[in-house]
Amino acid sequence: MLKRLHDISDRRKVTIDFEGMQLEVPAGETVSAAVLAAETDYTRTSAISGVHRGPYCQMGVCFECLMEIDGVPNSQACMIEVRHGMTVRRQHGARGVSDEASV
Amino acid sequence: MKPLYDLVIIGAGPAGLAAAVTASEYGLSTMVLDEQQLPGGQIYRSIEKSVPENASALGKDYFYGENLVQEFRRSRVDYLSGATIWDIGRDLTIGYLADEQARQVRAKHILIAVGAMERPVPIPGWTLPGVMGAAAADILFKSCDMVPEGPVVLAGSGPLLLLVACRLLDNGVNVAGMVETNGFSDNLKALPYLPRALRASHYLIKGLSMRWKVRKSDIPIFQKAVKLRIEGEDSATALCFESRGKAQRIPARTVLLHEGVVPSLQLTRLLGCEHQWYARQRYWRPVLGDRGQTSVSGVSVAGDAGGIFGAKTAETAGKLAAIDIAFTLQVLSAQERDLAAYPLLKVRDREMAIRPFLDTLFPPGHEALVPPNDETLVCRCEELTAGQIREAIALGALSPGQVKAQTRSGMGPCQGRMCGLTIAEMIAASRQVSLADVGHLRVRPPVKPITLGQLANLEVVE
Repeated sequence: MLKRLHDISDRRKVTIDFEGMQLEVPAGETVSAAVLAAETDYTRTSAISGVHRGPYCQMGVCFECLMEIDGVPNSQACMIEVRHGMTVRRQHGARGVSDEASV
Repeated sequence: MKPLYDLVIIGAGPAGLAAAVTASEYGLSTMVLDEQQLPGGQIYRSIEKSVPENASALGKDYFYGENLVQEFRRSRVDYLSGATIWDIGRDLTIGYLADEQARQVRAKHILIAVGAMERPVPIPGWTLPGVMGAAAADILFKSCDMVPEGPVVLAGSGPLLLLVACRLLDNGVNVAGMVETNGFSDNLKALPYLPRALRASHYLIKGLSMRWKVRKSDIPIFQKAVKLRIEGEDSATALCFESRGKAQRIPARTVLLHEGVVPSLQLTRLLGCEHQWYARQRYWRPVLGDRGQTSVSGVSVAGDAGGIFGAKTAETAGKLAAIDIAFTLQVLSAQERDLAAYPLLKVRDREMAIRPFLDTLFPPGHEALVPPNDETLVCRCEELTAGQIREAIALGALSPGQVKAQTRSGMGPCQGRMCGLTIAEMIAASRQVSLADVGHLRVRPPVKPITLGQLANLEVVE
Protein backbone atom coordinates (compact mmCIF):
# COMPACT_ATOMS: atom_id res chain seq x y z
CA MET A 1 0.00 0.00 0.00
CA LEU A 2 3.06 2.27 0.03
CA LYS A 3 5.33 3.27 -2.79
CA ARG A 4 8.87 4.59 -2.75
CA LEU A 5 9.19 8.00 -4.32
CA HIS A 6 12.69 7.65 -5.69
CA ASP A 7 14.84 5.05 -7.35
CA ILE A 8 16.72 3.00 -4.77
CA SER A 9 19.35 1.44 -7.06
CA ASP A 10 22.09 3.75 -5.69
CA ARG A 11 21.13 3.22 -2.06
CA ARG A 12 22.78 0.75 0.29
CA LYS A 13 20.41 -2.17 0.54
CA VAL A 14 19.78 -5.16 2.75
CA THR A 15 17.81 -8.31 2.05
CA ILE A 16 15.02 -9.43 4.32
CA ASP A 17 12.78 -12.47 4.11
CA PHE A 18 9.11 -11.57 4.35
CA GLU A 19 6.85 -14.61 4.33
CA GLY A 20 9.32 -16.42 2.08
CA MET A 21 9.72 -13.47 -0.30
CA GLN A 22 13.22 -12.00 -0.58
CA LEU A 23 12.90 -8.22 -0.39
CA GLU A 24 15.83 -6.00 -1.24
CA VAL A 25 15.20 -2.77 0.64
CA PRO A 26 17.17 0.36 1.56
CA ALA A 27 18.99 0.17 4.90
CA GLY A 28 17.40 2.39 7.49
CA GLU A 29 13.81 1.70 6.53
CA THR A 30 11.49 0.44 9.25
CA VAL A 31 10.24 -3.11 8.89
CA SER A 32 6.64 -1.93 8.64
CA ALA A 33 7.42 0.48 5.79
CA ALA A 34 9.54 -2.08 3.92
CA VAL A 35 6.77 -4.67 4.13
CA LEU A 36 3.97 -2.26 3.19
CA ALA A 37 5.97 -1.21 0.14
CA ALA A 38 5.99 -4.84 -1.01
CA GLU A 39 2.42 -4.91 -2.26
CA THR A 40 0.87 -5.98 0.99
CA ASP A 41 -1.41 -4.07 3.28
CA TYR A 42 -1.84 -6.34 6.28
CA THR A 43 0.84 -7.31 8.70
CA ARG A 44 -1.05 -9.36 11.28
CA THR A 45 -4.39 -10.96 12.04
CA SER A 46 -6.19 -9.67 15.11
CA ALA A 47 -6.10 -11.41 18.48
CA ILE A 48 -9.85 -11.94 18.94
CA SER A 49 -11.61 -12.25 15.56
CA GLY A 50 -8.62 -13.00 13.34
CA VAL A 51 -9.27 -10.22 10.81
CA HIS A 52 -6.56 -8.47 8.79
CA ARG A 53 -4.87 -5.50 10.43
CA GLY A 54 -2.12 -3.15 9.34
CA PRO A 55 0.03 -0.45 10.95
CA TYR A 56 -1.95 2.66 11.92
CA CYS A 57 0.30 5.17 13.72
CA GLN A 58 3.89 4.43 12.57
CA MET A 59 5.23 5.81 15.85
CA GLY A 60 4.97 3.03 18.39
CA VAL A 61 1.64 3.94 19.96
CA CYS A 62 -1.08 1.72 18.44
CA PHE A 63 0.64 -1.70 18.45
CA GLU A 64 -1.18 -2.65 15.23
CA CYS A 65 2.14 -3.42 13.52
CA LEU A 66 3.02 -6.37 15.77
CA MET A 67 4.91 -8.97 13.71
CA GLU A 68 7.19 -11.92 14.27
CA ILE A 69 10.68 -10.59 13.59
CA ASP A 70 13.58 -13.05 13.70
CA GLY A 71 11.36 -15.44 15.61
CA VAL A 72 10.34 -12.89 18.25
CA PRO A 73 6.56 -12.37 18.33
CA ASN A 74 4.89 -9.07 19.33
CA SER A 75 7.72 -7.04 17.76
CA GLN A 76 6.72 -3.49 16.83
CA ALA A 77 7.56 -3.42 13.12
CA CYS A 78 7.31 0.38 12.93
CA MET A 79 10.02 0.82 15.59
CA ILE A 80 12.54 -1.67 14.22
CA GLU A 81 14.83 -1.02 11.28
CA VAL A 82 15.51 -3.68 8.67
CA ARG A 83 18.70 -5.71 9.11
CA HIS A 84 20.37 -7.89 6.52
CA GLY A 85 19.11 -11.47 6.75
CA MET A 86 16.14 -10.57 8.91
CA THR A 87 13.15 -12.91 8.85
CA VAL A 88 9.77 -11.20 9.05
CA ARG A 89 6.47 -13.01 9.44
CA ARG A 90 2.92 -11.80 9.89
CA GLN A 91 1.72 -12.46 13.40
CA HIS A 92 -1.45 -14.51 13.54
CA GLY A 93 -3.59 -13.73 16.56
CA ALA A 94 -2.16 -13.21 20.02
CA ARG A 95 1.39 -14.35 20.67
CA GLY A 96 1.67 -17.76 22.25
CA VAL A 97 3.15 -18.37 25.67
CA SER A 98 6.40 -20.23 25.20
CA ASP A 99 9.36 -20.16 27.52
CA GLU A 100 9.01 -16.37 27.56
CA ALA A 101 5.65 -14.97 28.59
CA SER A 102 4.63 -11.44 27.72
CA VAL A 103 3.34 -9.27 30.51
CA MET B 1 25.09 1.41 42.24
CA LYS B 2 22.97 2.23 39.24
CA PRO B 3 24.32 5.16 37.23
CA LEU B 4 23.10 8.53 38.50
CA TYR B 5 22.62 11.59 36.29
CA ASP B 6 21.71 15.14 37.24
CA LEU B 7 19.12 15.03 34.51
CA VAL B 8 17.57 12.30 32.40
CA ILE B 9 15.55 13.58 29.46
CA ILE B 10 13.02 11.28 27.86
CA GLY B 11 12.43 12.10 24.21
CA ALA B 12 14.69 13.58 21.52
CA GLY B 13 12.25 15.88 19.73
CA PRO B 14 12.61 19.68 19.76
CA ALA B 15 11.92 19.99 23.51
CA GLY B 16 14.28 17.20 24.54
CA LEU B 17 17.07 18.28 22.19
CA ALA B 18 16.95 21.94 23.25
CA ALA B 19 16.82 20.97 26.92
CA ALA B 20 19.79 18.64 26.51
CA VAL B 21 21.93 21.32 24.86
CA THR B 22 21.02 23.90 27.51
CA ALA B 23 21.55 21.48 30.40
CA SER B 24 24.97 20.45 29.14
CA GLU B 25 25.94 24.13 28.78
CA TYR B 26 25.19 24.52 32.49
CA GLY B 27 27.37 21.51 33.19
CA LEU B 28 24.59 19.14 34.25
CA SER B 29 25.39 15.48 33.68
CA THR B 30 22.65 14.61 31.22
CA MET B 31 21.31 11.48 29.60
CA VAL B 32 18.76 11.42 26.77
CA LEU B 33 16.67 8.31 26.20
CA ASP B 34 14.60 8.14 23.02
CA GLU B 35 12.48 5.44 21.40
CA GLN B 36 13.38 6.38 17.85
CA GLN B 37 16.63 5.46 16.12
CA LEU B 38 17.59 9.06 15.25
CA PRO B 39 17.13 12.41 17.01
CA GLY B 40 14.46 14.87 15.86
CA GLY B 41 11.21 13.51 17.23
CA GLN B 42 8.32 13.17 14.81
CA ILE B 43 8.46 16.77 13.59
CA TYR B 44 12.13 16.60 12.52
CA ARG B 45 12.00 12.86 11.99
CA SER B 46 15.03 11.37 10.17
CA ILE B 47 16.40 14.84 9.43
CA GLU B 48 19.96 13.48 9.37
CA LYS B 49 19.16 11.16 6.49
CA SER B 50 16.49 13.00 4.50
CA VAL B 51 16.47 12.35 0.76
CA PRO B 52 17.85 15.44 -1.10
CA GLU B 53 15.12 15.22 -3.77
CA ASN B 54 12.51 15.77 -1.06
CA ALA B 55 14.03 19.01 0.21
CA SER B 56 11.49 21.37 -1.30
CA ALA B 57 8.49 19.27 -0.27
CA LEU B 58 9.83 18.98 3.28
CA GLY B 59 10.23 22.75 3.42
CA LYS B 60 12.20 25.18 5.55
CA ASP B 61 10.22 24.56 8.73
CA TYR B 62 11.51 20.99 8.64
CA PHE B 63 15.14 21.88 7.94
CA TYR B 64 15.04 24.40 10.77
CA GLY B 65 15.53 21.30 12.91
CA GLU B 66 18.95 20.54 11.37
CA ASN B 67 20.73 23.11 13.51
CA LEU B 68 19.05 21.82 16.64
CA VAL B 69 20.11 18.25 15.94
CA GLN B 70 23.70 19.32 15.09
CA GLU B 71 24.00 21.29 18.33
CA PHE B 72 22.67 18.26 20.18
CA ARG B 73 25.19 15.96 18.51
CA ARG B 74 27.99 18.34 19.52
CA SER B 75 26.84 18.61 23.15
CA ARG B 76 28.29 16.52 25.98
CA VAL B 77 25.23 14.39 26.56
CA ASP B 78 24.87 10.63 26.86
CA TYR B 79 22.36 9.80 24.14
CA LEU B 80 20.72 6.41 23.81
CA SER B 81 18.40 5.84 20.87
CA GLY B 82 16.04 2.91 20.46
CA ALA B 83 15.36 2.92 24.21
CA THR B 84 11.86 2.12 25.44
CA ILE B 85 10.83 3.18 28.95
CA TRP B 86 8.92 0.48 30.84
CA ASP B 87 8.86 2.10 34.28
CA ILE B 88 9.77 5.16 36.29
CA GLY B 89 9.67 4.79 40.06
CA ARG B 90 8.78 7.57 42.49
CA ASP B 91 12.47 7.58 43.48
CA LEU B 92 13.18 8.59 39.85
CA THR B 93 14.71 5.27 38.87
CA ILE B 94 14.02 4.75 35.19
CA GLY B 95 13.67 1.30 33.71
CA TYR B 96 14.38 1.05 30.00
CA LEU B 97 14.85 -1.56 27.34
CA ALA B 98 17.42 -1.15 24.57
CA ASP B 99 18.78 -3.89 22.30
CA GLU B 100 16.65 -6.42 24.20
CA GLN B 101 18.50 -5.59 27.43
CA ALA B 102 16.59 -4.14 30.39
CA ARG B 103 18.53 -1.60 32.44
CA GLN B 104 17.94 1.01 35.10
CA VAL B 105 19.31 4.48 35.57
CA ARG B 106 18.71 7.01 38.34
CA ALA B 107 18.14 10.72 37.94
CA LYS B 108 18.13 13.69 40.29
CA HIS B 109 15.68 15.25 37.91
CA ILE B 110 13.61 13.93 35.01
CA LEU B 111 12.38 15.90 32.04
CA ILE B 112 9.53 14.28 30.15
CA ALA B 113 9.61 15.42 26.53
CA VAL B 114 7.78 12.57 24.86
CA GLY B 115 5.58 14.72 22.65
CA ALA B 116 2.16 13.89 21.35
CA MET B 117 0.21 11.24 19.50
CA GLU B 118 -2.56 11.53 16.97
CA ARG B 119 -5.99 11.49 18.53
CA PRO B 120 -7.56 8.14 17.62
CA VAL B 121 -10.45 8.52 15.15
CA PRO B 122 -12.87 5.66 15.85
CA ILE B 123 -15.25 5.37 12.89
CA PRO B 124 -16.64 2.18 11.34
CA GLY B 125 -13.90 0.51 9.30
CA TRP B 126 -10.95 2.41 10.81
CA THR B 127 -9.24 -0.87 11.70
CA LEU B 128 -9.05 -1.98 8.06
CA PRO B 129 -5.62 -2.21 6.44
CA GLY B 130 -5.21 0.83 4.20
CA VAL B 131 -6.39 3.18 6.95
CA MET B 132 -3.76 5.18 8.81
CA GLY B 133 -3.33 8.37 10.73
CA ALA B 134 -2.39 11.37 8.59
CA ALA B 135 0.70 11.82 10.78
CA ALA B 136 1.67 8.24 9.95
CA ALA B 137 1.80 9.17 6.26
CA ASP B 138 3.96 12.16 7.13
CA ILE B 139 6.32 9.97 9.16
CA LEU B 140 6.66 7.50 6.25
CA PHE B 141 7.49 10.34 3.91
CA LYS B 142 10.14 11.82 6.20
CA SER B 143 11.72 8.58 7.36
CA CYS B 144 11.34 6.25 4.38
CA ASP B 145 10.75 8.43 1.30
CA MET B 146 7.38 6.77 0.81
CA VAL B 147 3.84 7.87 0.05
CA PRO B 148 0.59 5.91 0.29
CA GLU B 149 -0.84 4.50 -2.90
CA GLY B 150 -3.68 6.47 -4.40
CA PRO B 151 -6.44 7.16 -4.60
CA VAL B 152 -6.02 8.66 -1.14
CA VAL B 153 -8.83 10.27 0.85
CA LEU B 154 -8.02 12.52 3.81
CA ALA B 155 -10.64 12.95 6.50
CA GLY B 156 -10.99 14.88 9.73
CA SER B 157 -9.80 18.22 11.01
CA GLY B 158 -6.58 20.01 11.88
CA PRO B 159 -3.59 21.82 10.40
CA LEU B 160 -1.72 18.55 9.92
CA LEU B 161 -4.44 17.23 7.62
CA LEU B 162 -3.84 20.23 5.38
CA LEU B 163 -0.07 19.82 5.53
CA VAL B 164 -0.26 16.15 4.59
CA ALA B 165 -2.64 16.95 1.72
CA CYS B 166 -0.08 19.45 0.37
CA ARG B 167 2.78 16.98 0.70
CA LEU B 168 0.81 14.33 -1.21
CA LEU B 169 -0.01 16.86 -3.94
CA ASP B 170 3.65 17.91 -4.16
CA ASN B 171 4.57 14.27 -4.67
CA GLY B 172 2.02 13.67 -7.40
CA VAL B 173 -0.17 11.33 -5.37
CA ASN B 174 -3.75 10.93 -6.55
CA VAL B 175 -5.78 12.62 -3.79
CA ALA B 176 -9.44 11.76 -4.34
CA GLY B 177 -10.96 13.90 -1.62
CA MET B 178 -10.48 16.13 1.39
CA VAL B 179 -13.32 15.42 3.81
CA GLU B 180 -13.33 17.92 6.65
CA THR B 181 -15.35 17.44 9.81
CA ASN B 182 -15.06 21.14 10.69
CA GLY B 183 -16.58 23.95 8.63
CA PHE B 184 -17.59 27.56 8.24
CA SER B 185 -19.19 27.88 11.68
CA ASP B 186 -15.81 27.04 13.23
CA ASN B 187 -14.23 29.85 11.20
CA LEU B 188 -16.70 32.24 12.81
CA LYS B 189 -16.02 30.90 16.30
CA ALA B 190 -12.28 31.30 15.75
CA LEU B 191 -12.58 34.88 14.48
CA PRO B 192 -12.38 36.59 17.91
CA TYR B 193 -8.95 34.97 18.41
CA LEU B 194 -7.61 36.21 15.10
CA PRO B 195 -6.17 39.54 16.35
CA ARG B 196 -4.08 37.73 18.96
CA ALA B 197 -3.04 35.15 16.36
CA LEU B 198 -1.64 37.96 14.20
CA ARG B 199 1.26 38.15 16.67
CA ALA B 200 2.36 34.82 15.17
CA SER B 201 1.37 35.75 11.64
CA HIS B 202 3.90 33.41 9.97
CA TYR B 203 1.67 30.50 10.99
CA LEU B 204 -1.37 32.19 9.47
CA ILE B 205 0.48 32.82 6.22
CA LYS B 206 1.63 29.20 6.08
CA GLY B 207 -1.90 27.98 6.81
CA LEU B 208 -3.44 30.19 4.16
CA SER B 209 -0.93 29.14 1.54
CA MET B 210 -1.61 25.48 2.28
CA ARG B 211 -5.34 26.13 2.10
CA TRP B 212 -4.82 27.90 -1.24
CA LYS B 213 -2.79 25.03 -2.61
CA VAL B 214 -5.54 22.52 -1.81
CA ARG B 215 -8.25 24.84 -3.15
CA LYS B 216 -6.59 25.44 -6.49
CA SER B 217 -5.93 21.72 -6.98
CA ASP B 218 -8.81 19.68 -8.35
CA ILE B 219 -9.39 17.80 -5.10
CA PRO B 220 -13.07 17.69 -4.15
CA ILE B 221 -13.40 19.33 -0.72
CA PHE B 222 -16.27 18.59 1.65
CA GLN B 223 -16.98 20.34 4.93
CA LYS B 224 -18.99 19.51 8.05
CA ALA B 225 -18.88 15.84 7.08
CA VAL B 226 -20.79 13.45 9.34
CA LYS B 227 -21.51 9.71 9.48
CA LEU B 228 -18.02 8.84 8.27
CA ARG B 229 -17.59 5.16 7.50
CA ILE B 230 -14.89 3.22 5.71
CA GLU B 231 -15.97 0.43 3.39
CA GLY B 232 -13.97 -2.69 2.67
CA GLU B 233 -13.69 -6.41 3.40
CA ASP B 234 -10.00 -7.14 3.88
CA SER B 235 -8.80 -3.61 3.24
CA ALA B 236 -10.23 -0.13 2.73
CA THR B 237 -12.02 0.48 -0.58
CA ALA B 238 -14.00 3.70 0.00
CA LEU B 239 -14.90 6.45 2.45
CA CYS B 240 -18.64 7.13 2.84
CA PHE B 241 -20.10 10.15 4.64
CA GLU B 242 -22.75 12.85 4.50
CA SER B 243 -22.00 16.49 3.80
CA ARG B 244 -24.68 19.19 3.68
CA GLY B 245 -27.36 16.51 3.87
CA LYS B 246 -26.07 14.61 0.86
CA ALA B 247 -24.64 11.07 0.97
CA GLN B 248 -21.18 10.75 -0.59
CA ARG B 249 -18.91 7.83 -1.41
CA ILE B 250 -15.29 8.26 -2.51
CA PRO B 251 -13.45 5.11 -3.65
CA ALA B 252 -10.00 4.96 -2.06
CA ARG B 253 -7.04 2.67 -1.68
CA THR B 254 -5.79 4.60 1.35
CA VAL B 255 -7.76 6.59 3.93
CA LEU B 256 -5.83 8.99 6.16
CA LEU B 257 -7.64 10.06 9.33
CA HIS B 258 -6.79 12.99 11.58
CA GLU B 259 -8.58 14.83 14.37
CA GLY B 260 -5.68 16.70 15.89
CA VAL B 261 -2.99 15.52 18.27
CA VAL B 262 -3.07 14.97 22.02
CA PRO B 263 -0.28 14.88 24.62
CA SER B 264 1.29 11.50 25.44
CA LEU B 265 0.55 11.17 29.14
CA GLN B 266 1.64 7.66 30.04
CA LEU B 267 4.68 8.81 32.00
CA THR B 268 3.19 11.85 33.74
CA ARG B 269 0.22 9.67 34.75
CA LEU B 270 2.54 6.93 35.97
CA LEU B 271 4.43 9.45 38.12
CA GLY B 272 1.19 10.77 39.61
CA CYS B 273 1.49 14.30 38.22
CA GLU B 274 -1.60 16.45 38.51
CA HIS B 275 -3.46 16.89 35.18
CA GLN B 276 -6.15 19.26 33.94
CA TRP B 277 -8.81 18.93 31.26
CA TYR B 278 -8.45 21.26 28.27
CA ALA B 279 -11.99 21.48 26.93
CA ARG B 280 -11.34 23.40 23.71
CA GLN B 281 -9.25 20.61 22.17
CA ARG B 282 -10.63 17.94 24.48
CA TYR B 283 -7.48 16.48 25.96
CA TRP B 284 -5.79 16.15 29.33
CA ARG B 285 -2.50 17.84 30.01
CA PRO B 286 -0.26 17.99 33.07
CA VAL B 287 -0.54 21.10 35.24
CA LEU B 288 2.73 22.94 34.65
CA GLY B 289 4.57 25.94 36.00
CA ASP B 290 6.05 28.58 33.70
CA ARG B 291 9.23 26.58 33.32
CA GLY B 292 7.66 23.14 33.01
CA GLN B 293 7.53 22.11 36.69
CA THR B 294 4.92 19.43 37.42
CA SER B 295 3.19 18.84 40.77
CA VAL B 296 5.75 16.09 41.50
CA SER B 297 9.11 17.22 42.80
CA GLY B 298 11.99 16.34 40.48
CA VAL B 299 9.75 15.90 37.44
CA SER B 300 9.36 18.48 34.66
CA VAL B 301 7.64 18.42 31.29
CA ALA B 302 8.49 20.29 28.07
CA GLY B 303 6.97 20.28 24.61
CA ASP B 304 3.72 18.79 23.37
CA ALA B 305 3.64 16.26 26.23
CA GLY B 306 2.49 19.26 28.28
CA GLY B 307 -0.15 20.48 25.80
CA ILE B 308 -0.13 20.94 22.03
CA PHE B 309 1.78 24.12 21.17
CA GLY B 310 4.01 23.02 18.31
CA ALA B 311 7.71 22.54 17.63
CA LYS B 312 9.03 26.07 18.17
CA THR B 313 7.26 26.44 21.51
CA ALA B 314 8.53 22.99 22.47
CA GLU B 315 12.11 24.06 21.82
CA THR B 316 11.72 27.16 23.98
CA ALA B 317 9.98 25.13 26.69
CA GLY B 318 12.88 22.67 26.65
CA LYS B 319 15.37 25.49 27.28
CA LEU B 320 13.20 26.94 30.03
CA ALA B 321 12.88 23.57 31.73
CA ALA B 322 16.65 23.03 31.62
CA ILE B 323 17.21 26.48 33.17
CA ASP B 324 14.73 25.69 35.92
CA ILE B 325 16.34 22.32 36.60
CA ALA B 326 19.79 23.96 36.76
CA PHE B 327 18.35 26.25 39.43
CA THR B 328 16.78 23.35 41.33
CA LEU B 329 20.13 21.55 41.31
CA GLN B 330 21.75 24.75 42.61
CA VAL B 331 23.85 25.44 39.53
CA LEU B 332 22.04 28.74 38.91
CA SER B 333 20.88 31.33 41.40
CA ALA B 334 17.28 32.52 41.30
CA GLN B 335 18.45 35.76 39.73
CA GLU B 336 20.48 33.99 37.02
CA ARG B 337 17.54 31.74 36.31
CA ASP B 338 15.12 34.64 35.89
CA LEU B 339 17.58 36.54 33.71
CA ALA B 340 18.02 33.54 31.40
CA ALA B 341 14.32 32.69 31.36
CA TYR B 342 12.93 36.17 30.69
CA PRO B 343 13.67 36.47 26.93
CA LEU B 344 12.56 32.87 26.37
CA LEU B 345 9.24 33.47 28.10
CA LYS B 346 8.63 36.39 25.76
CA VAL B 347 9.43 34.28 22.68
CA ARG B 348 7.15 31.54 23.93
CA ASP B 349 4.27 33.94 24.55
CA ARG B 350 4.49 35.14 20.96
CA GLU B 351 4.64 31.60 19.54
CA MET B 352 1.69 30.50 21.65
CA ALA B 353 -0.49 33.38 20.46
CA ILE B 354 -1.68 31.33 17.48
CA ARG B 355 -3.09 28.49 19.60
CA PRO B 356 -6.52 29.77 20.76
CA PHE B 357 -7.26 30.57 17.10
CA LEU B 358 -6.05 27.21 15.76
CA ASP B 359 -7.64 25.22 18.58
CA THR B 360 -11.02 26.84 17.87
CA LEU B 361 -10.72 26.66 14.09
CA PHE B 362 -10.01 22.93 14.16
CA PRO B 363 -12.17 21.36 16.88
CA PRO B 364 -12.06 17.56 16.97
CA GLY B 365 -15.16 16.23 15.22
CA HIS B 366 -17.88 15.16 17.65
CA GLU B 367 -18.31 11.73 16.05
CA ALA B 368 -14.63 10.99 16.56
CA LEU B 369 -15.00 11.81 20.26
CA VAL B 370 -18.21 9.87 20.98
CA PRO B 371 -18.75 7.34 18.18
CA PRO B 372 -22.51 7.24 17.53
CA ASN B 373 -22.46 3.99 15.55
CA ASP B 374 -22.62 0.96 17.87
CA GLU B 375 -20.57 -1.15 15.46
CA THR B 376 -17.49 1.10 15.61
CA LEU B 377 -14.52 -0.66 17.19
CA VAL B 378 -13.35 1.50 20.10
CA CYS B 379 -10.72 -0.76 21.67
CA ARG B 380 -8.68 -2.01 18.73
CA CYS B 381 -6.63 -4.54 20.71
CA GLU B 382 -9.45 -6.32 22.53
CA GLU B 383 -11.88 -5.66 19.65
CA LEU B 384 -14.64 -4.00 21.65
CA THR B 385 -17.32 -2.01 19.89
CA ALA B 386 -18.95 1.25 20.94
CA GLY B 387 -22.10 -0.81 21.58
CA GLN B 388 -20.28 -3.06 24.05
CA ILE B 389 -18.74 -0.07 25.82
CA ARG B 390 -22.15 1.61 26.04
CA GLU B 391 -23.62 -1.60 27.45
CA ALA B 392 -21.00 -1.59 30.21
CA ILE B 393 -21.79 2.06 30.95
CA ALA B 394 -25.52 1.26 31.04
CA LEU B 395 -24.78 -1.52 33.53
CA GLY B 396 -23.29 1.10 35.84
CA ALA B 397 -19.60 1.53 34.96
CA LEU B 398 -18.77 5.07 36.10
CA SER B 399 -15.13 5.32 35.04
CA PRO B 400 -12.78 4.01 32.34
CA GLY B 401 -11.33 1.69 34.99
CA GLN B 402 -14.73 0.15 35.65
CA VAL B 403 -15.38 -0.27 31.90
CA LYS B 404 -12.00 -1.96 31.69
CA ALA B 405 -12.86 -4.36 34.53
CA GLN B 406 -16.09 -5.33 32.78
CA THR B 407 -14.94 -5.54 29.19
CA ARG B 408 -11.08 -5.78 29.05
CA SER B 409 -10.96 -2.44 27.19
CA GLY B 410 -7.43 -1.08 27.47
CA MET B 411 -5.91 -4.44 28.44
CA GLY B 412 -4.28 -5.19 25.08
CA PRO B 413 -0.74 -4.33 23.99
CA CYS B 414 -1.44 -0.60 23.48
CA GLN B 415 -2.58 -0.40 27.10
CA GLY B 416 -5.44 1.99 26.49
CA ARG B 417 -3.50 4.53 24.46
CA MET B 418 -5.97 4.13 21.59
CA CYS B 419 -9.25 3.74 23.51
CA GLY B 420 -8.80 5.48 26.86
CA LEU B 421 -9.85 8.95 25.79
CA THR B 422 -12.80 7.69 23.73
CA ILE B 423 -14.18 5.60 26.58
CA ALA B 424 -13.92 8.54 28.98
CA GLU B 425 -15.77 10.76 26.45
CA MET B 426 -18.47 8.09 26.08
CA ILE B 427 -18.99 7.89 29.83
CA ALA B 428 -19.11 11.69 30.14
CA ALA B 429 -21.64 11.93 27.30
CA SER B 430 -23.82 9.20 28.75
CA ARG B 431 -23.74 10.52 32.31
CA GLN B 432 -23.82 14.13 31.10
CA VAL B 433 -20.94 15.12 33.32
CA SER B 434 -17.56 16.72 32.65
CA LEU B 435 -14.53 14.65 31.71
CA ALA B 436 -12.93 15.88 34.91
CA ASP B 437 -15.60 13.93 36.83
CA VAL B 438 -15.05 10.79 34.78
CA GLY B 439 -11.30 10.53 35.18
CA HIS B 440 -8.93 8.42 33.13
CA LEU B 441 -7.47 4.93 32.94
CA ARG B 442 -4.92 4.29 35.67
CA VAL B 443 -1.45 3.83 34.23
CA ARG B 444 0.61 1.04 35.75
CA PRO B 445 4.04 -0.32 34.96
CA PRO B 446 5.20 -1.77 32.67
CA VAL B 447 4.09 1.17 30.49
CA LYS B 448 5.44 -0.60 27.40
CA PRO B 449 5.38 -4.37 27.02
CA ILE B 450 8.42 -6.20 28.32
CA THR B 451 8.75 -9.97 28.58
CA LEU B 452 9.31 -11.74 31.89
CA GLY B 453 12.57 -13.01 30.42
CA GLN B 454 13.78 -9.49 29.73
CA LEU B 455 12.73 -8.38 33.19
CA ALA B 456 14.47 -11.36 34.80
CA ASN B 457 17.63 -10.49 32.89
CA LEU B 458 17.62 -6.91 34.20
CA GLU B 459 21.20 -5.73 34.34
CA VAL B 460 22.39 -5.56 37.93
CA VAL B 461 25.10 -3.00 38.57
CA GLU B 462 27.19 -3.61 41.70
